[in-house]
Amino acid sequence: MTPPGTVVVVGSSVAGVRCVQALRSEGFSGRVVLVGEETQLPYDKPPLSKQFLAGFWDTARVALLTAERAAELDVELRLGSAAERLDLAGRQVHLADGSTLAWDAAVLATGAAARPSPWHTDSGVHVVRTLADAQALRADLDTDAPVVVVGGGFIGAEVAATAHSLGRDVTVVDPLAAPIGRVVGAEVGQYFTALHQRHGVQTRFGVGVESVSGSSGDLVVVLTDGTELPAGTVIVGIGATPNDGWLADSGLLVENGVTCDEHCRAVDAPDVYAVGDLARWLHPSHDEHVRVEHWTNAVDSAVVAAHNIVHPDDLRAHAPVEYVWSDQYDWKIQIVGRPATATRHELIGSWEGTSARGAAVYTDVSGQLRGAVTVNWPKALVLCRRLLMAGTTFGEAMTQLNALPAAVAR
Amino acid sequence: MPRLVADVEACQGYGNCITGASDVFDIDDDGVVVLLKEKVPESDRARVEEAARSCPVSALSVED
Repeated sequence: MTPPGTVVVVGSSVAGVRCVQALRSEGFSGRVVLVGEETQLPYDKPPLSKQFLAGFWDTARVALLTAERAAELDVELRLGSAAERLDLAGRQVHLADGSTLAWDAAVLATGAAARPSPWHTDSGVHVVRTLADAQALRADLDTDAPVVVVGGGFIGAEVAATAHSLGRDVTVVDPLAAPIGRVVGAEVGQYFTALHQRHGVQTRFGVGVESVSGSSGDLVVVLTDGTELPAGTVIVGIGATPNDGWLADSGLLVENGVTCDEHCRAVDAPDVYAVGDLARWLHPSHDEHVRVEHWTNAVDSAVVAAHNIVHPDDLRAHAPVEYVWSDQYDWKIQIVGRPATATRHELIGSWEGTSARGAAVYTDVSGQLRGAVTVNWPKALVLCRRLLMAGTTFGEAMTQLNALPAAVAR
Repeated sequence: MPRLVADVEACQGYGNCITGASDVFDIDDDGVVVLLKEKVPESDRARVEEAARSCPVSALSVED
Protein backbone atom coordinates (compact mmCIF):
# COMPACT_ATOMS: atom_id res chain seq x y z
CA MET A 1 0.00 0.00 0.00
CA THR A 2 1.13 3.56 -0.64
CA PRO A 3 0.44 6.58 1.53
CA PRO A 4 -2.38 8.89 0.43
CA GLY A 5 -1.83 12.02 -1.68
CA THR A 6 -3.70 14.53 0.48
CA VAL A 7 -4.26 14.44 4.22
CA VAL A 8 -6.78 16.90 5.66
CA VAL A 9 -6.52 17.36 9.43
CA VAL A 10 -9.67 18.91 10.87
CA GLY A 11 -9.10 20.79 14.11
CA SER A 12 -6.32 23.21 15.09
CA SER A 13 -6.05 21.59 18.53
CA VAL A 14 -2.79 20.22 19.93
CA ALA A 15 -3.82 16.87 18.43
CA GLY A 16 -4.28 18.45 14.99
CA VAL A 17 -0.98 20.33 15.15
CA ARG A 18 1.03 17.39 16.44
CA CYS A 19 -0.50 15.24 13.70
CA VAL A 20 0.63 17.49 10.85
CA GLN A 21 4.09 17.74 12.42
CA ALA A 22 4.29 13.97 12.82
CA LEU A 23 3.18 13.40 9.22
CA ARG A 24 6.28 15.30 8.10
CA SER A 25 8.57 13.64 10.67
CA GLU A 26 7.32 10.26 9.43
CA GLY A 27 8.34 11.26 5.92
CA PHE A 28 5.00 12.12 4.33
CA SER A 29 5.57 14.21 1.20
CA GLY A 30 1.98 14.71 0.00
CA ARG A 31 -0.33 17.65 0.57
CA VAL A 32 -1.23 18.44 4.20
CA VAL A 33 -4.05 20.85 5.14
CA LEU A 34 -4.88 21.89 8.70
CA VAL A 35 -8.42 23.24 9.19
CA GLY A 36 -9.36 25.31 12.26
CA GLU A 37 -12.60 26.94 13.35
CA GLU A 38 -10.84 29.73 15.20
CA THR A 39 -9.03 32.48 13.29
CA GLN A 40 -6.32 32.39 15.95
CA LEU A 41 -3.18 30.44 15.13
CA PRO A 42 -3.15 27.10 16.97
CA TYR A 43 -2.45 27.46 20.69
CA ASP A 44 -1.92 25.24 23.69
CA LYS A 45 -4.68 24.95 26.26
CA PRO A 46 -3.10 23.80 29.58
CA PRO A 47 -1.63 27.27 30.34
CA LEU A 48 -5.02 28.94 29.86
CA SER A 49 -6.08 28.07 33.42
CA LYS A 50 -2.62 28.74 34.85
CA GLN A 51 0.29 30.84 33.49
CA PHE A 52 -1.76 32.61 30.79
CA LEU A 53 -4.67 33.35 33.12
CA ALA A 54 -2.25 34.65 35.73
CA GLY A 55 -0.75 37.03 33.16
CA PHE A 56 2.74 35.49 33.26
CA TRP A 57 2.54 34.19 29.69
CA ASP A 58 1.25 36.01 26.61
CA THR A 59 -0.36 34.64 23.44
CA ALA A 60 3.05 34.15 21.78
CA ARG A 61 4.09 31.86 24.62
CA VAL A 62 1.08 29.57 24.16
CA ALA A 63 1.45 29.30 20.37
CA LEU A 64 1.69 25.75 19.03
CA LEU A 65 2.42 26.57 15.41
CA THR A 66 3.42 29.84 13.79
CA ALA A 67 2.64 30.72 10.17
CA GLU A 68 6.38 30.57 9.43
CA ARG A 69 6.75 27.11 10.91
CA ALA A 70 3.68 25.90 9.01
CA ALA A 71 5.22 27.20 5.78
CA GLU A 72 8.51 25.42 6.56
CA LEU A 73 6.55 22.19 7.04
CA ASP A 74 4.59 22.84 3.84
CA VAL A 75 1.33 22.67 5.79
CA GLU A 76 -1.59 24.70 4.43
CA LEU A 77 -3.50 26.47 7.19
CA ARG A 78 -7.23 26.99 6.68
CA LEU A 79 -8.10 28.90 9.83
CA GLY A 80 -11.31 30.73 10.69
CA SER A 81 -13.58 28.32 8.87
CA ALA A 82 -15.18 25.45 10.77
CA ALA A 83 -15.68 22.08 9.15
CA GLU A 84 -19.43 21.62 8.80
CA ARG A 85 -19.81 18.26 7.12
CA LEU A 86 -17.74 15.19 6.29
CA ASP A 87 -18.64 13.49 3.01
CA LEU A 88 -17.30 9.94 3.21
CA ALA A 89 -18.44 8.77 -0.22
CA GLY A 90 -17.17 11.89 -1.98
CA ARG A 91 -14.05 12.10 0.23
CA GLN A 92 -14.53 15.78 0.92
CA VAL A 93 -14.91 18.02 3.92
CA HIS A 94 -17.25 20.99 3.62
CA LEU A 95 -16.24 24.18 5.40
CA ALA A 96 -18.40 26.99 6.80
CA ASP A 97 -17.14 29.43 4.16
CA GLY A 98 -18.74 27.27 1.47
CA SER A 99 -15.51 25.73 0.20
CA THR A 100 -14.68 22.04 0.09
CA LEU A 101 -11.43 20.16 0.60
CA ALA A 102 -10.81 16.79 -1.03
CA TRP A 103 -8.89 14.19 1.00
CA ASP A 104 -7.42 10.77 0.58
CA ALA A 105 -7.11 10.46 4.35
CA ALA A 106 -8.85 12.65 6.92
CA VAL A 107 -7.83 13.12 10.57
CA LEU A 108 -10.57 14.40 12.86
CA ALA A 109 -9.21 16.44 15.76
CA THR A 110 -12.00 18.86 16.70
CA GLY A 111 -11.54 18.18 20.40
CA ALA A 112 -14.08 18.92 23.09
CA ALA A 113 -15.95 21.97 24.30
CA ALA A 114 -16.55 23.15 27.84
CA ARG A 115 -19.93 22.00 29.11
CA PRO A 116 -21.84 25.30 29.14
CA SER A 117 -23.09 26.95 32.29
CA PRO A 118 -26.65 25.85 33.05
CA TRP A 119 -27.17 29.26 34.67
CA HIS A 120 -27.68 32.19 32.36
CA THR A 121 -26.74 35.73 33.25
CA ASP A 122 -25.96 38.80 31.14
CA SER A 123 -22.29 38.73 32.11
CA GLY A 124 -19.78 37.60 34.68
CA VAL A 125 -20.18 33.81 34.31
CA HIS A 126 -17.28 32.14 32.53
CA VAL A 127 -16.04 28.80 31.27
CA VAL A 128 -12.34 28.23 30.49
CA ARG A 129 -11.58 26.32 27.33
CA THR A 130 -10.50 28.65 24.54
CA LEU A 131 -8.03 31.52 24.40
CA ALA A 132 -10.96 33.95 24.13
CA ASP A 133 -12.51 32.39 27.25
CA ALA A 134 -9.28 32.88 29.18
CA GLN A 135 -8.87 36.49 27.97
CA ALA A 136 -12.42 37.37 29.01
CA LEU A 137 -11.99 35.77 32.42
CA ARG A 138 -8.61 37.44 32.92
CA ALA A 139 -10.23 40.85 32.42
CA ASP A 140 -12.96 40.13 34.98
CA LEU A 141 -10.47 38.79 37.52
CA ASP A 142 -8.92 42.26 37.65
CA THR A 143 -12.02 43.39 39.54
CA ASP A 144 -11.42 43.20 43.28
CA ALA A 145 -14.48 41.13 44.12
CA PRO A 146 -15.05 37.59 45.39
CA VAL A 147 -14.79 34.70 42.94
CA VAL A 148 -16.93 31.56 43.02
CA VAL A 149 -15.73 28.50 41.12
CA VAL A 150 -18.42 25.92 40.37
CA GLY A 151 -16.78 22.53 39.93
CA GLY A 152 -13.86 21.26 42.01
CA GLY A 153 -12.20 19.10 39.34
CA PHE A 154 -8.85 19.90 37.75
CA ILE A 155 -9.91 22.97 35.77
CA GLY A 156 -11.87 24.38 38.70
CA ALA A 157 -9.01 23.77 41.12
CA GLU A 158 -6.43 25.33 38.80
CA VAL A 159 -8.58 28.40 38.15
CA ALA A 160 -9.21 28.74 41.88
CA ALA A 161 -5.46 28.63 42.55
CA THR A 162 -4.79 31.22 39.84
CA ALA A 163 -7.56 33.57 41.03
CA HIS A 164 -6.21 33.25 44.57
CA SER A 165 -2.71 34.14 43.32
CA LEU A 166 -4.20 37.30 41.80
CA GLY A 167 -5.44 38.32 45.24
CA ARG A 168 -9.09 37.35 44.93
CA ASP A 169 -11.18 35.76 47.69
CA VAL A 170 -12.15 32.40 46.21
CA THR A 171 -14.79 29.79 47.06
CA VAL A 172 -14.98 26.45 45.25
CA VAL A 173 -18.35 24.66 45.16
CA ASP A 174 -18.93 21.04 44.14
CA PRO A 175 -21.72 18.55 44.87
CA LEU A 176 -19.15 15.83 45.64
CA ALA A 177 -17.65 15.64 49.13
CA ALA A 178 -14.16 15.22 47.59
CA PRO A 179 -14.25 16.28 43.91
CA ILE A 180 -10.77 15.08 42.94
CA GLY A 181 -11.75 11.81 44.65
CA ARG A 182 -13.55 10.89 41.43
CA VAL A 183 -10.08 10.33 39.96
CA VAL A 184 -7.89 9.44 42.95
CA GLY A 185 -10.36 7.95 45.44
CA ALA A 186 -12.13 9.69 48.31
CA GLU A 187 -9.32 9.28 50.87
CA VAL A 188 -6.54 10.73 48.69
CA GLY A 189 -9.04 13.32 47.46
CA GLN A 190 -9.14 14.80 50.98
CA TYR A 191 -5.54 15.98 50.56
CA PHE A 192 -6.58 18.06 47.57
CA THR A 193 -9.38 19.65 49.58
CA ALA A 194 -6.86 20.47 52.31
CA LEU A 195 -4.62 22.04 49.65
CA HIS A 196 -7.31 24.65 48.90
CA GLN A 197 -7.95 25.29 52.57
CA ARG A 198 -4.25 25.70 53.42
CA HIS A 199 -4.11 28.56 50.93
CA GLY A 200 -7.21 30.23 52.34
CA VAL A 201 -9.51 29.22 49.51
CA GLN A 202 -12.94 28.25 50.87
CA THR A 203 -14.46 24.94 49.84
CA ARG A 204 -18.17 24.16 49.84
CA PHE A 205 -18.04 20.50 48.87
CA GLY A 206 -21.01 18.17 49.08
CA VAL A 207 -23.44 20.95 48.21
CA GLY A 208 -24.86 21.90 44.81
CA VAL A 209 -25.68 25.17 43.11
CA GLU A 210 -29.33 26.19 42.97
CA SER A 211 -28.97 29.35 40.90
CA VAL A 212 -26.65 32.08 39.70
CA SER A 213 -28.10 35.52 39.07
CA GLY A 214 -27.03 39.12 38.58
CA SER A 215 -24.32 40.42 36.29
CA SER A 216 -20.55 40.88 36.25
CA GLY A 217 -19.35 42.42 39.48
CA ASP A 218 -22.68 41.81 41.23
CA LEU A 219 -23.57 38.12 41.07
CA VAL A 220 -25.23 35.89 43.66
CA VAL A 221 -24.67 32.14 43.77
CA VAL A 222 -27.37 30.33 45.75
CA LEU A 223 -26.44 26.88 47.02
CA THR A 224 -28.84 23.99 47.53
CA ASP A 225 -28.51 24.39 51.32
CA GLY A 226 -29.78 27.97 50.99
CA THR A 227 -26.42 29.70 51.42
CA GLU A 228 -26.00 32.83 49.28
CA LEU A 229 -22.48 33.58 48.01
CA PRO A 230 -21.93 37.06 46.57
CA ALA A 231 -19.45 37.09 43.66
CA GLY A 232 -17.98 39.48 41.15
CA THR A 233 -17.06 36.61 38.84
CA VAL A 234 -18.24 33.01 38.57
CA ILE A 235 -16.33 30.27 36.75
CA VAL A 236 -18.15 27.09 35.74
CA GLY A 237 -15.85 24.08 35.31
CA ILE A 238 -18.16 21.11 35.00
CA GLY A 239 -16.50 19.05 32.31
CA ALA A 240 -16.40 18.92 28.54
CA THR A 241 -18.25 17.26 25.68
CA PRO A 242 -16.73 16.11 22.37
CA ASN A 243 -17.16 18.38 19.36
CA ASP A 244 -18.79 15.65 17.27
CA GLY A 245 -22.06 17.36 16.30
CA TRP A 246 -20.74 18.24 12.81
CA LEU A 247 -20.30 14.49 12.16
CA ALA A 248 -23.85 13.48 13.10
CA ASP A 249 -24.97 12.87 9.50
CA SER A 250 -21.58 11.68 8.22
CA GLY A 251 -22.33 7.98 8.53
CA LEU A 252 -19.52 7.53 11.04
CA LEU A 253 -20.35 5.76 14.29
CA VAL A 254 -20.52 8.66 16.74
CA GLU A 255 -21.30 7.85 20.38
CA ASN A 256 -19.74 10.28 22.83
CA GLY A 257 -16.93 10.78 20.32
CA VAL A 258 -15.96 9.04 17.10
CA THR A 259 -15.71 5.27 17.57
CA CYS A 260 -12.31 4.03 16.42
CA ASP A 261 -10.33 0.82 16.32
CA GLU A 262 -7.02 0.35 18.13
CA HIS A 263 -5.20 2.04 15.23
CA CYS A 264 -7.13 5.33 15.66
CA ARG A 265 -9.18 4.61 12.52
CA ALA A 266 -12.92 5.22 12.46
CA VAL A 267 -14.50 1.77 12.64
CA ASP A 268 -16.51 2.14 9.46
CA ALA A 269 -14.16 4.32 7.37
CA PRO A 270 -10.54 3.13 7.39
CA ASP A 271 -9.18 6.29 5.72
CA VAL A 272 -10.68 8.43 8.47
CA TYR A 273 -8.83 8.77 11.77
CA ALA A 274 -9.93 10.43 15.00
CA VAL A 275 -7.48 11.64 17.63
CA GLY A 276 -7.44 13.47 20.95
CA ASP A 277 -10.55 14.31 22.97
CA LEU A 278 -12.81 13.51 20.01
CA ALA A 279 -11.82 9.84 19.71
CA ARG A 280 -13.38 6.90 21.55
CA TRP A 281 -11.04 4.13 20.57
CA LEU A 282 -10.56 0.47 21.39
CA HIS A 283 -7.74 0.45 23.93
CA PRO A 284 -6.05 -2.92 23.39
CA SER A 285 -4.77 -3.24 26.98
CA HIS A 286 -8.14 -2.39 28.54
CA ASP A 287 -10.18 -4.26 25.91
CA GLU A 288 -12.81 -1.52 25.92
CA HIS A 289 -13.51 1.72 24.09
CA VAL A 290 -12.29 4.75 26.00
CA ARG A 291 -12.31 8.49 25.43
CA VAL A 292 -9.58 10.39 27.24
CA GLU A 293 -9.38 14.18 27.62
CA HIS A 294 -5.68 14.42 28.45
CA TRP A 295 -3.05 16.51 26.67
CA THR A 296 -0.62 13.61 26.44
CA ASN A 297 -3.25 11.34 24.90
CA ALA A 298 -3.99 13.97 22.27
CA VAL A 299 -0.32 14.14 21.32
CA ASP A 300 0.28 10.39 21.41
CA SER A 301 -2.82 9.50 19.40
CA ALA A 302 -1.93 12.14 16.80
CA VAL A 303 1.48 10.54 16.33
CA VAL A 304 -0.06 7.05 16.04
CA ALA A 305 -2.53 8.27 13.39
CA ALA A 306 0.24 10.01 11.43
CA HIS A 307 2.41 6.91 11.56
CA ASN A 308 -0.43 4.69 10.38
CA ILE A 309 -1.27 7.01 7.48
CA VAL A 310 2.33 7.09 6.29
CA HIS A 311 3.07 3.41 7.00
CA PRO A 312 -0.13 1.51 6.17
CA ASP A 313 1.78 -1.79 6.12
CA ASP A 314 3.15 -1.25 9.62
CA LEU A 315 0.11 -0.26 11.67
CA ARG A 316 0.78 0.84 15.23
CA ALA A 317 -1.80 0.36 18.02
CA HIS A 318 -2.61 3.19 20.42
CA ALA A 319 -2.22 1.56 23.83
CA PRO A 320 -1.07 4.30 26.20
CA VAL A 321 -0.81 4.24 29.97
CA GLU A 322 -3.02 7.18 30.99
CA TYR A 323 -1.12 10.23 32.19
CA VAL A 324 -2.27 13.66 33.28
CA TRP A 325 -0.85 16.46 35.38
CA SER A 326 -2.26 19.43 37.24
CA ASP A 327 -0.46 22.37 38.84
CA GLN A 328 -2.30 23.81 41.83
CA TYR A 329 -0.79 26.32 44.27
CA ASP A 330 2.60 24.88 45.34
CA TRP A 331 1.76 21.33 44.23
CA LYS A 332 2.78 19.65 41.02
CA ILE A 333 0.28 16.79 40.76
CA GLN A 334 0.87 13.90 38.35
CA ILE A 335 -1.44 10.94 37.81
CA VAL A 336 -0.62 7.81 35.87
CA GLY A 337 -2.65 4.69 35.12
CA ARG A 338 -6.19 4.22 36.37
CA PRO A 339 -6.38 4.96 40.11
CA ALA A 340 -10.17 5.26 39.85
CA THR A 341 -10.52 1.57 38.98
CA ALA A 342 -8.26 0.39 41.83
CA THR A 343 -9.47 -0.94 45.16
CA ARG A 344 -6.54 -0.29 47.46
CA HIS A 345 -3.69 2.19 47.81
CA GLU A 346 -0.74 2.99 50.01
CA LEU A 347 0.85 6.37 50.66
CA ILE A 348 4.59 7.11 50.55
CA GLY A 349 6.36 10.30 51.60
CA SER A 350 4.72 13.49 52.81
CA TRP A 351 1.29 14.76 51.75
CA GLU A 352 1.18 17.78 54.02
CA GLY A 353 2.10 21.41 53.59
CA THR A 354 4.45 23.32 51.35
CA SER A 355 7.17 20.67 51.45
CA ALA A 356 4.85 17.83 50.39
CA ARG A 357 6.54 15.18 48.30
CA GLY A 358 4.73 11.92 48.12
CA ALA A 359 3.06 9.22 46.13
CA ALA A 360 -0.19 7.28 46.38
CA VAL A 361 0.23 3.87 44.80
CA TYR A 362 -2.80 1.86 43.68
CA THR A 363 -3.61 -1.80 43.17
CA ASP A 364 -6.59 -4.16 43.02
CA VAL A 365 -7.32 -7.85 43.65
CA SER A 366 -4.89 -8.82 40.89
CA GLY A 367 -1.96 -7.52 42.94
CA GLN A 368 -0.71 -5.59 39.92
CA LEU A 369 0.27 -1.93 39.97
CA ARG A 370 -2.79 -0.05 38.63
CA GLY A 371 -1.88 3.59 39.01
CA ALA A 372 -0.11 6.27 40.99
CA VAL A 373 -0.63 9.86 42.06
CA THR A 374 2.44 11.89 42.91
CA VAL A 375 2.88 15.32 44.44
CA ASN A 376 6.08 17.29 43.76
CA TRP A 377 7.90 14.07 42.88
CA PRO A 378 8.41 13.68 39.11
CA LYS A 379 11.05 10.99 39.58
CA ALA A 380 8.51 8.73 41.29
CA LEU A 381 5.94 9.46 38.60
CA VAL A 382 8.34 8.51 35.83
CA LEU A 383 9.20 5.30 37.65
CA CYS A 384 5.54 4.35 38.13
CA ARG A 385 4.77 5.16 34.50
CA ARG A 386 7.59 2.89 33.39
CA LEU A 387 6.46 0.10 35.71
CA LEU A 388 2.86 0.38 34.51
CA MET A 389 3.97 0.06 30.90
CA ALA A 390 6.03 -3.00 31.80
CA GLY A 391 3.24 -4.57 33.89
CA THR A 392 4.64 -4.81 37.41
CA THR A 393 3.26 -6.06 40.69
CA PHE A 394 2.24 -3.59 43.37
CA GLY A 395 4.82 -5.04 45.75
CA GLU A 396 7.68 -4.60 43.30
CA ALA A 397 6.56 -1.02 42.63
CA MET A 398 6.55 -0.22 46.35
CA THR A 399 10.05 -1.70 46.75
CA GLN A 400 11.43 0.42 43.90
CA LEU A 401 9.68 3.59 45.08
CA ASN A 402 10.99 3.18 48.62
CA ALA A 403 14.50 2.82 47.18
CA LEU A 404 14.37 6.21 45.44
CA PRO A 405 16.69 8.83 46.91
CA ALA A 406 14.97 11.51 49.00
CA ALA A 407 15.09 14.33 46.48
CA VAL A 408 14.43 17.92 47.43
CA ALA A 409 11.05 19.17 46.25
CA ARG A 410 11.42 21.85 43.58
CA MET B 1 23.57 13.94 12.97
CA PRO B 2 20.57 15.49 14.72
CA ARG B 3 21.64 17.19 17.96
CA LEU B 4 19.50 17.34 21.11
CA VAL B 5 19.00 20.50 23.14
CA ALA B 6 17.28 20.61 26.54
CA ASP B 7 16.18 23.75 28.38
CA VAL B 8 16.62 22.60 31.98
CA GLU B 9 15.10 25.84 33.30
CA ALA B 10 11.89 25.26 31.35
CA CYS B 11 11.67 21.55 32.23
CA GLN B 12 8.87 20.82 34.69
CA GLY B 13 9.43 17.10 35.07
CA TYR B 14 6.35 16.02 33.14
CA GLY B 15 8.31 13.03 31.83
CA ASN B 16 6.63 12.55 28.45
CA CYS B 17 9.99 12.58 26.66
CA ILE B 18 11.10 9.51 28.62
CA THR B 19 8.04 7.55 27.60
CA GLY B 20 8.74 8.50 23.99
CA ALA B 21 12.48 7.72 23.99
CA SER B 22 13.81 6.25 27.24
CA ASP B 23 17.17 5.57 25.59
CA VAL B 24 17.64 9.29 24.99
CA PHE B 25 15.94 11.09 27.89
CA ASP B 26 15.90 10.51 31.64
CA ILE B 27 15.05 12.50 34.76
CA ASP B 28 17.22 13.32 37.77
CA ASP B 29 16.25 13.16 41.44
CA ASP B 30 15.10 16.79 41.35
CA GLY B 31 12.75 16.08 38.45
CA VAL B 32 14.84 17.70 35.71
CA VAL B 33 15.48 16.20 32.28
CA VAL B 34 18.82 14.51 31.62
CA LEU B 35 20.09 13.87 28.09
CA LEU B 36 21.57 10.39 27.81
CA LYS B 37 22.92 11.23 24.35
CA GLU B 38 23.86 14.49 22.69
CA LYS B 39 23.37 13.25 19.14
CA VAL B 40 21.22 10.55 17.60
CA PRO B 41 21.55 8.83 14.22
CA GLU B 42 19.41 10.14 11.38
CA SER B 43 17.37 6.93 11.50
CA ASP B 44 16.17 7.89 15.00
CA ARG B 45 15.11 11.40 14.02
CA ALA B 46 11.35 10.83 13.68
CA ARG B 47 11.07 9.01 16.99
CA VAL B 48 13.18 11.53 18.89
CA GLU B 49 11.43 14.53 17.30
CA GLU B 50 8.10 13.09 18.34
CA ALA B 51 9.39 12.50 21.88
CA ALA B 52 10.66 16.11 22.00
CA ARG B 53 7.29 17.43 20.78
CA SER B 54 5.55 15.50 23.56
CA CYS B 55 7.06 17.95 26.06
CA PRO B 56 4.20 20.09 27.40
CA VAL B 57 6.48 23.09 27.95
CA SER B 58 8.56 22.78 24.75
CA ALA B 59 11.78 22.32 26.72
CA LEU B 60 13.31 20.03 24.10
CA SER B 61 14.41 20.49 20.53
CA VAL B 62 16.18 18.52 17.84
CA GLU B 63 18.59 20.60 15.80
CA ASP B 64 20.72 19.90 12.74
